[in-house]
Amino acid sequence: MFVLVPMGFAVYYSLFRWRGVGPPTEFVGLRNYTLAFQDPIFLDALRNNAIIVFGSLLIQGPIALGVALLLNRRFRGRAVFRLLVFVPYVLAEVTVGIMWKLLLTDEGTVDALLRSLGMGGLVQAWLADLDVVIWTLLAILTWKYVGFAIILLLAGLSNVPDELTEAAAIDGASWWQIQRHVTIPLLGPTIRIWMFLSMIGSLQIFDMIWVTSVPAVRSLGASATMATYMVDNGFFARLWGYGNAVAVILFVISFVAALLFQRFLLRRDIEGAITGRAK
Amino acid sequence: MATKRRASAVLALLMTSVVVLAGCSGGGEEAAPQSELYKDPVTLSWWHNASQDGPGKTYWEKVAKDFSALHPTVKIEIEAIETNQLQRTRLPAALLSSDPPDIFQAWGGGEMSEQVEADYLKEITDQTKTEVGDIGSAAEIWQVKGKQYGLPFRMGIEGIWYNKEMFARAGIAAPPTTFEELNTAVTKLKAINVIPIAVGAGDKWPAAHWWYNMALRACSVDALKKASAEKNFDDPCFVKAGQDLKAFIDTKPFQPNFIATPGQNDPTSANGMLANGKAAMELMGDWNRGTLDTVTTDKAKLASFLGWFPVPAISGSPGDPKAALGGGDGFSCAKNAPAECVEFLKYIVSPEVQKGYAETGTGLPVAKGAADAVKDPALKSILEATSGASYVQLWLDTAYGSTVGNAMNDAIVAIFAGNGTPEKVVSAMKAAASK
Repeated sequence: MFVLVPMGFAVYYSLFRWRGVGPPTEFVGLRNYTLAFQDPIFLDALRNNAIIVFGSLLIQGPIALGVALLLNRRFRGRAVFRLLVFVPYVLAEVTVGIMWKLLLTDEGTVDALLRSLGMGGLVQAWLADLDVVIWTLLAILTWKYVGFAIILLLAGLSNVPDELTEAAAIDGASWWQIQRHVTIPLLGPTIRIWMFLSMIGSLQIFDMIWVTSVPAVRSLGASATMATYMVDNGFFARLWGYGNAVAVILFVISFVAALLFQRFLLRRDIEGAITGRAK
Repeated sequence: MATKRRASAVLALLMTSVVVLAGCSGGGEEAAPQSELYKDPVTLSWWHNASQDGPGKTYWEKVAKDFSALHPTVKIEIEAIETNQLQRTRLPAALLSSDPPDIFQAWGGGEMSEQVEADYLKEITDQTKTEVGDIGSAAEIWQVKGKQYGLPFRMGIEGIWYNKEMFARAGIAAPPTTFEELNTAVTKLKAINVIPIAVGAGDKWPAAHWWYNMALRACSVDALKKASAEKNFDDPCFVKAGQDLKAFIDTKPFQPNFIATPGQNDPTSANGMLANGKAAMELMGDWNRGTLDTVTTDKAKLASFLGWFPVPAISGSPGDPKAALGGGDGFSCAKNAPAECVEFLKYIVSPEVQKGYAETGTGLPVAKGAADAVKDPALKSILEATSGASYVQLWLDTAYGSTVGNAMNDAIVAIFAGNGTPEKVVSAMKAAASK
């Protein structure tokens, strides 16, 4: 009910040319959908979502795996490290967004730090350069969400039975061989769940972009995502029918991505769970 | 199974965003017949945008209390809502429902004509003849096809706020009156290593206002009126506005990376740059006096260097050099609001209430009798320029309505970013009008 009814309304409204004044009366069929895919800014938003989806997987994945494996070893101060790694994830997105926005202003903290390290050549207009801003945002998102990946993987690691790693060690395997051939394969299900969550989160990313990137940069397409595009057009340009069409597109893309992911990557895990229960 | 549940949680999350957009629907109901004034007890719900704690908010509370004291049958319930939220989501949704607020903020122009078309607003032409006469031409912004649907309580034109001390240091004798003089001033300010003009292009509209002023200079009053009334942008003057703007941007009068600079409300904004002596000029409306105060580190110093002059003329352009861009805030009554609503509206714009409003320093009053209450020298020069203006054009994005306005602002910002063209602004406006 709670899913289907609003969804139905969104689909219904998306078929109208409706400015939010009076009830929707001007039926235009699929025109709003055609307009969306003809708008270069919407295509930019799609591209940015793709950058965030794949960028998050490719950058956070290896970092998280490496850190998780290291933090899984016993050493002094491990608890503190585990806590620190998780802090950015606990902070609200809006807080993080504003914090980075301040750090990244022209000649702000980040620029000063780079210059003091003799890397002044790297200084960019982080949030103003239209070609740079999406990578800046990706870096902030990585900083924020890598901790989540690490915690998930650490939980997965604690499920890897000590007997197996001990047996491998007795057989003369090095630490690296143990990780490569025993631990990481057993982490498979956890990694795939993380990939799924990361992908869906990246497709619907809104808060951080909205707070960190100014309206002008968004509306030029440089930092827009599907969700910010929806709000900019639905509310600020008061194109309610059109905004609903964008909402439906965002839903369909997320839904199809989720189905495909389940079908091809999560299937093994689900089957494993079922056969496991049957035993 | 966990993943399935996760998927539906994700779905639900997505839905919330959809629900917000889907909003609500439903038609209006017919109101009860209007009874005699002040006979039966009524409650007026009042939505305004003075949501931040300060003199503006407190003053409206006092106004509501005073009115209830005068007319004990009327109870007023205030809801103060932040402007964007009020204008973009709360009001449109409430007006669609059968239970809108009785009296609410109205900005006039294109949005108001859409509201009138949807039959949301009470027509008040006959009841407010005296008030409209006192307010003068500014009241026209709250008219649709010659009929009055709201009254303004604040109105002002925009101009350039500047740092007198920097102008003196750069050797600029008098505020520029033409764009040639402005260009010279920019060169002189650069020579003493000062950022000539701060612009909050990050918020789009502060940049777009430069184009509006170019259009005001390039277009005849007739062309401007036709554009507002018919959404007809065929006059070549709208392309010329973009060309003039491009030529001006090419002289590099603005701070670096202006595309990410916010307009107001924080020290790194364009507003903050002027307030804290980091830039010499800023194009902004009459409310700037109050917002500059909130971002400065030294109020006394700000008051000592702050000046204001009207937007310079462009020589050889058909536009009227004494025309100005402006806008204001007003209130409208909902179609089915009780008759007391109109009385309250008239009370808000009465000279006594307007005088008190002017004293809060949050904006310029519209009632003639209230002008004396304006003390600040910069605001006084705006008041003089407003009464001396031959024609006041409402902010173009308000005049054309949100849809065209938003597309227009986006296309203007693209010129600022270096990837737009004067022609694209006009084609974006035309495309949006049909969206």
